[in-house]
Formats: sequence, C-alpha cells, structure tokens
Amino acid sequence: MTDLVEQDVAAVTPSPSPSSSPAKSRLRSEAFARRLRARHAAERRFRLAGAAAVALAALILVLLLGSIVAKGASAFLETRIRLEVTLDPAEVADRNYTALLRRALYAQFPQVTDRAGRRVLNDLLSSGAPYELEAMVARDPALVGTTRTVWVRADDQIDQLVKGGYRRDLPESERGLSDAKVAATDALLASGALAQGFNTTLFTAGDSREPEQAGIGGAIVGSLLTLLVTMALSVPVGISAAVYLEEFAPKNRWTDLIEVNINNLAAVPSIIFGLLGLAVFLGFFGMPRSAPLVGGLVMALMTLPVIIIASRVALKAVPPSIREAALGIGASPLQTVLHHVLPLAMPGILTGTIIGMARALGETAPLLMIGMVAFIVDIPHGLTDSATVLPVQIYMWADSPERAFTERTSAAILILLGVLILLNGAAVILRKIFERRW
Amino acid sequence: MSIKSGIPGQLKLRPRADRQTDRAAAAALPAKMTARGVKVFYGAKQALKGIDLDIQENRVLALIGPSGCGKSTFLRCLNRMNDTIEGCRVEGRIALDGEDVYGKAVDAVQLRARVGMVFQKPNPFPKSIYDNVAYGPRIHGLASGRDELDEVVQTSLKRAGLWAEVKDRLREPGTSLSGGQQQRLCIARAIAVSPEVILMDEPCSALDPIATAHIEELIDELRANYTIVIVTHNMQQAARVSQRTAFFHLGEMVECDDTEEIFTNPRDERTQGYITGRYG
Repeated sequence: MTDLVEQDVAAVTPSPSPSSSPAKSRLRSEAFARRLRARHAAERRFRLAGAAAVALAALILVLLLGSIVAKGASAFLETRIRLEVTLDPAEVADRNYTALLRRALYAQFPQVTDRAGRRVLNDLLSSGAPYELEAMVARDPALVGTTRTVWVRADDQIDQLVKGGYRRDLPESERGLSDAKVAATDALLASGALAQGFNTTLFTAGDSREPEQAGIGGAIVGSLLTLLVTMALSVPVGISAAVYLEEFAPKNRWTDLIEVNINNLAAVPSIIFGLLGLAVFLGFFGMPRSAPLVGGLVMALMTLPVIIIASRVALKAVPPSIREAALGIGASPLQTVLHHVLPLAMPGILTGTIIGMARALGETAPLLMIGMVAFIVDIPHGLTDSATVLPVQIYMWADSPERAFTERTSAAILILLGVLILLNGAAVILRKIFERRW
Repeated sequence: MSIKSGIPGQLKLRPRADRQTDRAAAAALPAKMTARGVKVFYGAKQALKGIDLDIQENRVLALIGPSGCGKSTFLRCLNRMNDTIEGCRVEGRIALDGEDVYGKAVDAVQLRARVGMVFQKPNPFPKSIYDNVAYGPRIHGLASGRDELDEVVQTSLKRAGLWAEVKDRLREPGTSLSGGQQQRLCIARAIAVSPEVILMDEPCSALDPIATAHIEELIDELRANYTIVIVTHNMQQAARVSQRTAFFHLGEMVECDDTEEIFTNPRDERTQGYITGRYG
C-alpha cells in the first residue's frame, strides 16, 4: 500500500502561498476589470430582455381578454319588452299566447293598423315570448282572466339595436335592419317599454337557432357529464399506472418501450383520439353518437398520458430516504407507497390531473369525430343523452351568421375561461390542503 | 509515524494479558448473525469480494474503512435493503439465528422488522412525532389498542433518550426537531418494533459533536437489549462505542477483532495505515 502513502505525502506538502501566485495579480489587472464590467452588462441585458418578454406576454393577454370582454360583456344583458297582457280565458284555453302578446303590443301602437306595419311589430317579439307567457300561466293559473304587466324577450335584432350593434347612420339597405323596426324600437324606448336586464337565458337554456333563446346551459351540463366520465376513468387508471411504473415495475426493455409510448401518446394530436373513439367506441362497440359517455371515454384516453407523466414526475420527486425509512422498519412495498410516497406526491399528482382535466374541458377536435358537434336543444339528463360541450358550443356559435351570436360567442368564451380559472383555483386549494396535512 | 500516535485518545488501554483473555471469551460468544462468503454485484461491478463475519449478540460491531470499501453495502445486505436497488445481486450466505435471510422461508418484510435500520441522514416521516414512532407497531400489529400503543411510543422515546424533550409536543411534525433529535427519533422509530439487531449507517455523520455524543451514549445503552452494527468514518467513534471492529478495504474485509486489539495491535499493514490516518 505504498502508493497510498506517497499520495498522501504529496497532499500534505505545503502549497505555495497564495499572495505570490500570478493568479492574484491577474485578478487585479485592468483586463480583468473590463471583463467584469462586460459580465455585469451582459447580466443587465439579460434581465431587461426577460422583463420585456414578460411585459409583452402580459400586454398580449390584456389585449386578448380586453377584446373578448368588450365583445362579450353585452351578452350578459338581454332586452325585454313591457306589455299589458290581458289573459283572455278563451285564448288561453286555445294556447294562443302569440295572439295575446301581439294584441298587447298593437295596443301600444294604435296608429299602426295595416298588415305590413303589424308584421314589423310582430317581429319585435322573440319567437320564444309566447312560451314565457305560457310558463307563467302554468305556474299560476289564477292569472287567467286578469290583465298583467309582463316583460317578455325582444327579438335578437331589437336587442342588438338597443345595444348599439346596428349603425343607425347607414341607409336602410346597408344596415340590415328596416327603418320601420328602428322607428318602432325607438318608440318603445321612448315610452319606457323597453329595458335591459340580466340575461339568465344565456346560462339556463340549451342551444337555439334564435340567439335570444340560445344559452350554454346544455353545453355546461354536457361538459360536466363528459368531464365526470373522464375523471372517473383517467384519474384512478393514470395514478395506478404511474405508481406501478415508478415504484414496482422492473426496469427493462419492455418498461422502456411503454414509457416511450406514453410520452409519445401525450404528444399525439387530439383529433387522432377522436378517430379512435369513432372507430372503437361507436364503430365496434356501437355506443350512442353525441353522448357524453363516449366523449368522456375519448377524453380519458387523451388525458391519461398527461396524468401518468405528471404523476411519475411527482413520485420521482419524493426523496428516496422516505422509502428507505419505511422499508427499513418493515413496511411492505405497497404500504410504503400508500402510506408515505403517494401522500407526499399527491400535490403534484393533483396538479397534473387538473391540468389534464382543464385540457379535456377545452378540447374540441376529438369530439367533432364522435358527433358531439350536433345542434342539440335539450339539456342532457344522462350519460347517453345527446349533448355538446362548451368549446364545441363556442365553435358552433362562432359559425352562426346572426350578429347576436357574435357577442354570445365571446360571452361563452368568458364563461369557459371562468370555469378553467375555477378549476385551477381548486387545484391550488387542494395542493395547499395536502401540503398542510404533511 | 508510530502506531501509538494514531490511537484515539478516548480508548482506555488495559494490560495485554487481560485483553487476551477477553478476546478468547469474545470469540466464544454466540453469533446473532453470520456472513459467509458474501459477494455483492451492482450490475457487472463487484462491490464485495467474499466477506466472512460474525456479529455477536448484545455487542456493538463497528465497520470502518475508506469510502467505497463496501461497508455500507455489507450493512444493507444484513436486512436485504439491497433488494430495492436495481441490478444488485448478492451471493453467499447471511444467517440470522442460523436461518438464511436470503432463503425462501424468510420474508424481507419480516426480516426488516427483526433487523432495524438507522440511516446516515435523519429521515423522519413528514408526520407527527407520535406517528413516526407508532408507525412500525401499527403496521406490524404489535400494539392492541390505543393505550398499548401510547405505551410503546413512550418506552421507545425514553430508550432513545428523547422523551423528556418531546413529551409535550408529540403532535408536532417530526421534521420540526433539530438534526440530532431527528436522528434519535429515527432510532426510537427503529426500536419501537422491538428488533433484535439494529443497523446504523453512519448515524452521526450529519450531526454536530454534542448530538453525536448523545447518540453514542445511546448506542452504549442500547447494547444491553440489542445487537448493533454501526458503519462509521470516525475512528474515535468506533473506538468509543464498539466492542468489535471490522476493517473493510476495496470490497474485502481485511481484519475483524476486538476494538482494542484493532486500534492497538492491528495485524494487517492496511489496517495500520488506515487507523493511523495515512490514507482513507
């Protein structure tokens, strides 16, 4: 072992004193000072560039949100017309509510007697107004025979005119709205018979061809049902897969292959999952078209890789000393994972899960392939009812020609963003709760 | 340099004749664990090249040697912690009370309950002090009922010399304790399952001298009830706490003898070089 001894002797030999070394004088030279200044300048430039990038991103975000809010805010208000409706028992018995409403409207315009003029007046009312009146009578049959003041929805064109969606200075042919309607609306406004209120229809109704009757209620329920299926499937399967791959699986070529495939799946365009769903769930298993069940299954396939990858990262981040501690006192591998590793990894897993869910909530493409892009008026009540989801609803409204759908599209985007923010908020709160417990 | 100059100051030297009779008596003590021809491979790399070693009951065995000599690897063979390392292969025979711990009849989970371990870095669970100690008895079903569990926790913490410091804050997280207290908590956690052997892998290397002294006293007290194997880089510590010392070098066990004998009269040149501080 003489080599060891010699090596040690070399280490003990005193090194030349630092003050006499040439390195010291170099550290004080002018060239070094210049280099130092250049290094500081480079640091300042980098910080400036970083701050500029953040500012640019913030500006773009503000512009984007600002434009959506500016376009969509008015959709949260709807225009209603005040009418003194006499609920004639004979007409009520015939369910001729349209006639009742029109009669009340004509009474406000005694000077209009010709058919053309009355047709203009008829168009002021939403085609959904009679149903509102019918529902009111159904709730309280004692109303029949009395005269009541009711506020019913105005047609979307009137709504848009009141909100400033039409340019009054344009000639009739270019404006897209007749002078007669503008005049009638102005008359109603002047008499106080036209007012704006909070648009509950937007939240409660299903889709409709008439913008003033269209809402995202159906789409929200559809999104919730779809997400429910997605979560019920992808969370347990994803976390179990991650735990198995990370904690139990042997490291060999097969698990490497699986890992590579999972990583690739996370990057597969979502429409491919839609095609898979179309071929397998609809084509092979014969599941119903447009159903949240199938949508959820497809979304579960899509989010699984995201959840698995995020969970594996979270599990990897748990210090090995915790596993050793548990194994060292005789915990079985499963107890080690369930009692110690998984709880510690839970905040990270939850974050990954919520990101996956948020992606599923905002996804459109795969749902187009399985028929969730259909025009569906009814609010779905089960997993196999026809349904659509929020982003698809936005996509469909964005395609509609009516002016009123433009603002509703923006409003729906705002609501979708709101739901996403809520989801992310929930993730943050859950994280905090789990972190506090440990 | 003479050999004597390398002897740790704390070692109390006794007449040579006394030591000889002690040695004879020590050799006759029953072995709690025995290792015969233990070879360990990490993939293609061989970490241990055939270790023969007896671990005697109710005594402290210190494993010393330069870094990378395989002493921690050997320690982790004793309770099969090496099982968790990918690509690790163990050959040879390690027996606990005459039974092969790598045999089919022995379950690693049960073995690790019988052969407890304390690690280099204090690693309490991120749970309360109480739950840290109670975890082992809970999973092994060693305590029936709340009162019995309280009793086990209290006894373990007392044996680990931590009870007085933590008895009023058992609900606080174990990670809120100081480094030395955390290590004693880990010892309490290990003895709560009443193991027969306790393995300590450099238990004081992350602690300050006062905390180290605490742990060393504790090891001396624990010897009455447990068989202890301790890996250490600190030769004074080996001299202070152990009765027997084994010197490892490059995957071989160079020499194993009574601690006094190793530090005063090493037979191998390498042992002598190491304990006198010429390398390692």
